[in-house]
Amino acid sequence: MSSITKHAQLACLTFLVFVAAFVCGTGCVRAPSDRTEDGRILVEYWEKWTGFEGDAMQAVVDDFNRSQDRIFVRKLTVSNIDHKMMLATAGGNPPDLAGLWSHNIPVYAEKGALTPLNRLLEEAGITRDDYIPVFWDLCQLRGFMWALPSTPASVALHWNKKMFRDAGLDPERPPRTIEELDRMGEQITLVEVKRNGKKERIRFTELTDEERASHSFDIITLGYTPSEPGWWNAVWGYWFGGRLWDEDRKITANSPENIEAFTWFQGYTKKYGLNNLRKFGAAFGNFASPQNPFLAGQVAMVMQGVWMYNFIDKYAPELEWAVAPFPSRDPEKWPNVTMVECDVLVIPRGSRHEREAFEFIKYVNTQPAMEKLNLGQRKFSALATTSDDFIRSHPNRYIETFLALARSPNAIPVPRISVYNEYVDEMSVAADRIFNLLATPEVALGDVQARMQWKFDRVLRRWDLIKDDRLKEWSAEQ
Amino acid sequence: MTKREWREFFTGLGFISPWIIGFLAFVLYPVGASIYYSFCDYDVLTRPVWIGTLNYQDMFTDEVFWKSLRNTLYFAAVSLPFGLVLALLVAILLNQKVKMRPGFRTIYFLPSLVPVVASSMIWLWILNGRFGLLNYALSFIGVEGPNWLSDENWTKPSIILMSLWGVGGSMVIYLAALQDVPRELYESAEIDGASSWTKFRHITVPMISPVLYFNLIMGIIGSLQVFAQPFIMFGGGGTNRSALFYAVYLYQNAFQYNQMGYACAMAWVLFIIILFLTWLATKGTRKHIYYAGE
Repeated sequence: MSSITKHAQLACLTFLVFVAAFVCGTGCVRAPSDRTEDGRILVEYWEKWTGFEGDAMQAVVDDFNRSQDRIFVRKLTVSNIDHKMMLATAGGNPPDLAGLWSHNIPVYAEKGALTPLNRLLEEAGITRDDYIPVFWDLCQLRGFMWALPSTPASVALHWNKKMFRDAGLDPERPPRTIEELDRMGEQITLVEVKRNGKKERIRFTELTDEERASHSFDIITLGYTPSEPGWWNAVWGYWFGGRLWDEDRKITANSPENIEAFTWFQGYTKKYGLNNLRKFGAAFGNFASPQNPFLAGQVAMVMQGVWMYNFIDKYAPELEWAVAPFPSRDPEKWPNVTMVECDVLVIPRGSRHEREAFEFIKYVNTQPAMEKLNLGQRKFSALATTSDDFIRSHPNRYIETFLALARSPNAIPVPRISVYNEYVDEMSVAADRIFNLLATPEVALGDVQARMQWKFDRVLRRWDLIKDDRLKEWSAEQ
Repeated sequence: MTKREWREFFTGLGFISPWIIGFLAFVLYPVGASIYYSFCDYDVLTRPVWIGTLNYQDMFTDEVFWKSLRNTLYFAAVSLPFGLVLALLVAILLNQKVKMRPGFRTIYFLPSLVPVVASSMIWLWILNGRFGLLNYALSFIGVEGPNWLSDENWTKPSIILMSLWGVGGSMVIYLAALQDVPRELYESAEIDGASSWTKFRHITVPMISPVLYFNLIMGIIGSLQVFAQPFIMFGGGGTNRSALFYAVYLYQNAFQYNQMGYACAMAWVLFIIILFLTWLATKGTRKHIYYAGE
């Protein structure tokens, strides 16, 4: 045999081995069996939680797997789950079941990446009456149901009782209006000024008008600032009676209510001084650390969600704290305002076992499982009824406040629009400009309005083109 | 070609087939597809819909696009010349006969080995407005440092500063080139009474000009594609989007806003910009580059 032929053979072999590896590497991924060794149907479940939140869900999964012998749910923790699910679904290889956030529903549903659940819900006899209405509505879009809740959340004012007491305030009496919040915040705020060449620590309220106007002080502790934790930039308008959209086709970023809210927001920069706030803010540690400014006693009041208990418990168990509804501008008109969002369970389009996946969703939405999960994650139940036992055994003694807020008529859901991610980003840029005194609220929110309406129109144009086909397709699946 | 030559040709192809298949599947196809998607409304989840040049037209009116482009060009225009000069300077210093030379070389090269995520996290602390090391150091000379990370005028300089910290990579390439300059050229220049500057200007620079050119081109490409540091340090772009760079905005469109078509169009515009600048750099420097082999 000539050496060339030998080479040719070797070359062919290289080629074949590579092609075989390539084909197996891509094509055969699907092949692993969708059955367990003992013949149960395997439901692949992607979820975002880690740590104790992950453990709480795993316990529910284990209960489900023990409760019957037909289906086996395998939970896999996945980071950046919304991105990964998008790519997996686009690639035709999604999980059978996934845990997303309710704000993902509009994008995924409109783009045909989720399975509508109406028929399955009907068969199971699950209706809106079984839930706190706002959480059911968060799972709905264009007349179809796309998910069921797993863990819900609402937000409220958290305050540091010791800092109230030190400032001579009643530690059991939180602010009830925005004006009170501002005033009490000033009373708690401790600053350092130079008087006659000597540094003095006094309350903000003890500053002279001149010292206030020139901002010639350093902030030591702060009563309140809306820039901490900086997560609520998009939603301040809610506490002033504003909304982010008209529930149809119009963005309302620069409504008078939103402008009023951001004028209040900017008032904090004007009051305490941009450089003072920046310098004070630079000292904050990570959110999930003992250096979190609320946990470290640097900021006395903060708006936070039901999850905050976990961080207090872990990083600052000694903290004296309490929870109340975040004050609105006019509590007569708008009592118990809160923002609600929830984690949801969805069945991606292309799931191999829709019915079996739904069996699990249904199980999670029974009262015992829902309460076990939310007790484990220290949140509350999205179901209409909550057992006394749940409230009694809940480690967060303010859990009823969060529950009551979620049931309030002023519990405002995350806007169900598919440009929500951009909207939040744009509002954050606007809030930044407003906070840094680079633009007036009118200008900054006007820019958001123009840009977001343009983007929203573009999405709606596309939706209008495919609407009929999509609705038909979804109805056919019923 | 003869039969034998054909056979050799296919044999050769067979041997490099792993690379060819990989290239076709993972480079050529995606690149080709991205051209097509750039003319489509495409969100990854649904079928792409042909919309002609709308994505490209949108770019003209998209203020954030222009802002990200301006930020990126500013970054490139400042960090690139500074980086090139600094790397050369350090390389020349490290090429002198000093004690502990290998030790110094290692120290200056080390930062470029630190993973970008780790170095970004370190810089977040160095640049912290209140407790940062940099502002602490500045306080010794009576300067009250700015809030590097939250003041919109200082976010870009922060990233530039960081990029200069990592010049070790191009420094090593200069160093290799400097060691390759024939000693006899310096010796004959010295006999003729040339000063240090003259030697540098007329011997060192021409002799290492191909490497200068290489670092320039790689610098242009690298600085226009800057992504990891600003993405880690400023996420959405920092105060008033002052640190929103082109690649970060592209990523946002592709993976956060479901606008893969627009992102593809942005990628092609960036490609054309880089191509143009590279061509410009090549044309501008052609006469000044000396290749010993030519």
